[in-house]
Amino acid sequence: MYNKNNTLFVYCVFYFAFLYIPVLLLPIFSFNDSFHMVFPLKGFTFDWYIQMWNKSRLHQALFNSIKVGIIASVVSTFIALFAAKAFTRYKVKFHGLSYGAILLPFIIPEIIIAVALIVIWTSMGLKLGLIPVTISHILFCTPFCMLILISRMEGFDKSLEEASMDLGENSFWTFWRVTFPLLLPGIIASLLLAFVISFDEFILAFFLSSSDQTLPIYMWSQLRFPKKFPHILALGAIIIIVTSLIVMTAYWLRNLGQGKKKDFSIGI
Amino acid sequence: MSTKNYIKIKNLSKSFGDVEVLKNINLEVEEGEFFSLLGPSGCGKTTLLRILAGFEYPSEGEVFFDDTNVTSLPPNLRPSNMVFQNYAIFPHINVQRNIEFGLRKENLSKAEMGERVENALKMVQLEGYENRYSNQLSGGQRQRIALARALVKQPKVLLLDEPLGALDKKLREEMQIELRNLQKSLGITFIFVTHDQEEAMTMSDRIAVMDEGNILQVSPPREIYHNPKNKFVSQFIGNINILDADLKSVSNENLSIEVDSFGSMQLKNYQQIIENDKINIAIRPEEITISKISDSNYDYNFQGNVKNISFYGESTYYYVLLNNSEKILMVSKNETKEPFSENDNCFVNFNSNNVKIIKD
Repeated sequence: MYNKNNTLFVYCVFYFAFLYIPVLLLPIFSFNDSFHMVFPLKGFTFDWYIQMWNKSRLHQALFNSIKVGIIASVVSTFIALFAAKAFTRYKVKFHGLSYGAILLPFIIPEIIIAVALIVIWTSMGLKLGLIPVTISHILFCTPFCMLILISRMEGFDKSLEEASMDLGENSFWTFWRVTFPLLLPGIIASLLLAFVISFDEFILAFFLSSSDQTLPIYMWSQLRFPKKFPHILALGAIIIIVTSLIVMTAYWLRNLGQGKKKDFSIGI
Repeated sequence: MSTKNYIKIKNLSKSFGDVEVLKNINLEVEEGEFFSLLGPSGCGKTTLLRILAGFEYPSEGEVFFDDTNVTSLPPNLRPSNMVFQNYAIFPHINVQRNIEFGLRKENLSKAEMGERVENALKMVQLEGYENRYSNQLSGGQRQRIALARALVKQPKVLLLDEPLGALDKKLREEMQIELRNLQKSLGITFIFVTHDQEEAMTMSDRIAVMDEGNILQVSPPREIYHNPKNKFVSQFIGNINILDADLKSVSNENLSIEVDSFGSMQLKNYQQIIENDKINIAIRPEEITISKISDSNYDYNFQGNVKNISFYGESTYYYVLLNNSEKILMVSKNETKEPFSENDNCFVNFNSNNVKIIKD
């Protein structure tokens, strides 16, 4: 007999298997006592995790990625905050057009941005490295931050800011005493999401980083040497766990104080 | 009693794009007055209030507080405070810090601050609510906190934007009396925006009736009720019967008119009607009596037939179709027994001094 619910259940299982099995292979093989990523598993080991402790190039790459990620997320959130305020509180000329322009970096392939930036940067006679990588990440993260902050800003009542003005505060203090604390969950969500985007960004970093490797570039460079492969699996497993935690925190914060509404979109 | 005009609005207009929402408004409000802006939605009353608060700036004209021109002053520098329609209680801080919000610049000691907050809460009868947050308060409580937060600043003028609109009927009536008492004891000028004519009538010293960006009449409630200046005002405030009338002859004292259903009538010319004015006459339902036989104590008696009866508890409305006419009159009586039932023949009686003359 045809059972609609069972069919849906089977579909669901396949769907999740397709999404997560490839990702789950990483942590599994990271504990496998073999250089080769093949079944059957040989034995259990922590060696690959221990190996990571004395790889100074890995440490340098991790440090680079964190540095770029923090600067990119702070700057793009800062830019996005004021742009979001302008969009939601003032009459912006060509509102629709400007909104589209904000979304454009989503549509333009990253590789195009990468090529454009490398052309501009080198034609100005500047050296490639972490600075152009950071700039490109700010460019790339800002639209994400803006969408988060615009949705947060639209969710709160304009009369709260008016009430603050009415009670004697000027626009500066109104921002710090009312707007900022109410936006804070959105701001933190924006920082975390921008950091994660920057942290695992490959194409822009690949074109612009030169010899200053970020973590994804380091991982890619290690893939060519079979002996160096397993500790990349270990690194990958850690990154999966940490970024999932960060993104979950970001979503949780974004919805904090916005009622019981569960909304797992990034705010588009 | 001081009769000083605290607020003066001179030749004020406001347009949003092509839409003129306020048209050449001139208004003076006395110190310590409970003044209502009354009108249907879209009449410009809220815009006028927001101009007084400083959230909007007029396209033309000027606003004076106590003879100081405040037209271009931002809200934070005005001696007025506002109670918002949705109360606008800051959700991220508790009641105590909400009420303290406007006192930051006054450099009060902790004890003084505490005392001011306590007094404000006492005033709105919400002592002990200091540590609550907005989402732990009912609509009525939020409304009181919004009031306390504005009053703790000791403003010269309190602006209220339909503050009772979101409350249920019973609570609304309680708050009307409370607000009125508060205003009397504090002696602050209240500017109260509402679309509810009953609310405006029960609370105000004077009412400005607005429609389509114009102020149609500014008078005390009784004056507005008994002597409305035009058709819109008469219909907006309370129930009323309005009939078309033709002017026959006009003198300084008297009018002779011809009314559709009533025939010719002689009335006092108290509205300075001149020749060629378009006029209507109007009678309040409670100023007409209904009887089984013609009552010779009244100047006018007309025969009719009871078409509908609406019972409201404290009063009963009869809808009477006049004989030889299409006109249905509303008649109200405040007795509980109903001596009439539908389709009964009856007489409606009224005196000529109950007939209002209204310019079109």
